Amino acid sequence: MWDALQFEFMRNALLAGILVSISCGIIGSLVVANRIVFLSGGIAHAAFGGIGLAFYLGFSPVLGAGLFSVAVSLIMGAVTLKSKHRADTIIGVLWAVGMALGIIFIDLTPGYNVDAMSYLFGSILSVSMADIWFVVGLDGIIFLIILAFYREFLAMSYDEEFAFVVGVPVKSLYFLLLCMTALSIVMIIKVVGLILVIALLTIPPYIAEKYTGSLWKMMVLSSLLGILFTIVGLWLSYSYDFTSGATIILVAGAAFFLTQITRSLRGHTLQADRR
Amino acid sequence: MDVPAIDVKDLQFSYRDTPVLEEVTFLVEQGDFLGVLGPNGGGKTTLLKLLLGILKPRGGRISILGEAPHNAKHRVGYMPQNTDFNVNFPISVREIVLMGRLDGSRLWGWHSRKDHLKAEEVLKKVGMWEYRRVPIGSISGGQRQRVFIARALATDPEILFLDEPTASVDSEFETDLYDFLRELNKEVTILVVTHDIGVISRYVKSVACVNRTMIVHKGREITPEMIDMAYQCPVDLVAHGLPHRVLPTHKGE
Repeated sequence: MWDALQFEFMRNALLAGILVSISCGIIGSLVVANRIVFLSGGIAHAAFGGIGLAFYLGFSPVLGAGLFSVAVSLIMGAVTLKSKHRADTIIGVLWAVGMALGIIFIDLTPGYNVDAMSYLFGSILSVSMADIWFVVGLDGIIFLIILAFYREFLAMSYDEEFAFVVGVPVKSLYFLLLCMTALSIVMIIKVVGLILVIALLTIPPYIAEKYTGSLWKMMVLSSLLGILFTIVGLWLSYSYDFTSGATIILVAGAAFFLTQITRSLRGHTLQADRR
Repeated sequence: MDVPAIDVKDLQFSYRDTPVLEEVTFLVEQGDFLGVLGPNGGGKTTLLKLLLGILKPRGGRISILGEAPHNAKHRVGYMPQNTDFNVNFPISVREIVLMGRLDGSRLWGWHSRKDHLKAEEVLKKVGMWEYRRVPIGSISGGQRQRVFIARALATDPEILFLDEPTASVDSEFETDLYDFLRELNKEVTILVVTHDIGVISRYVKSVACVNRTMIVHKGREITPEMIDMAYQCPVDLVAHGLPHRVLPTHKGE
């Protein structure tokens, strides 16, 4: 594996994978705890609209995806608060419409845009230094926000109603969480592609939740698991010449099933989990 | 004369087109211990959520200690009916109780020493201090209810709202809890929603019945009129607690 590190693109890929896994673990834990996994999937796919728009107008696709996904996340958040019982349907519609918009914009863009496909399945091997600095900045911002509002995020995630009653500004925190989720998703798209975002965002926290007793420990363990999955996935994809994004997700998926099986062998049945 | 703890005038609420509460007008003085009875679906929990500002009324006016419901948030404590949600969430008993110390005004930083001392005090009060480090998912339903009562107390409330606080606890804790609430009532106004008419007769100072609208009766004993009221809105007449007398002794007995 070490010989792979002589290539700059491999070093960048590894570094990007590790950095993205950190914010992914923190935000993923909150996404799982607040049950906004479907909404996050919607943001990830709708982000393709922003990527298409960026191609069409000729600016940075990361910027396009960033602006678009933040806007979509705010709309989805407002819909979720306003009409709870049909929120999933509306999220599904935005999910598909965003994606379709992106495809049409790319159709309208002259020339053959093979690069657009890399956003569907990830392009961790083409990460630039600029991308890495962007992820460092994002990790820093997320870290500071969580540090500042940890107690409030914990209260909101566990019992939103009580948090509201004692005066925690749950609505603002919810929208803040959605913005952070949207920006993290843009980063994760670079690593595994928008189709696979959900797996990297949710598998590490899901496993971590079973082995930790507090939210911050869950965040730390999720980040570590994400780093592990990315490194192992990259190494396997390099050794066997597989697509890197898909390999990372399969490693995460294997860990997911392994923990499920070992837990059920140890007697943690689904029933006991639900209690 | 103190500001009333709860002052409600002409309160209306409906979910879509289904009216839930109509023409609810009542007044609770500070220091009262009000038991709220009523059938399932009669609007008890909805009324509580309106008083707490979780729901917005369709009409009428609510004033809690002279303030709009959500403005009085630092002055009320709340224990929800349902305590068995999110049981797999990685959170300890103490972390849940510390939630009661949040107030939205100190957004940055960690819990203060005062917060931790308060958490210790209320956890000891409900007998759950030795479980402080235990995840919420690994204690029983009754123990969870004690933790949620502790969380409500951690807010240092002037009014305490409890929604079916003894729904799944053993009768021994139920008696303990109400003895404890009676003691607490010397300083704190208490509103408790319950099915248990036995509790009402032994502990509360006033009784209210909610079924679409609300009737309040002063007095701590179950009188024949209250039984009438209870039959108008059928409540659970089976006493869960220790056997005790519900009706006053008849003169000819």
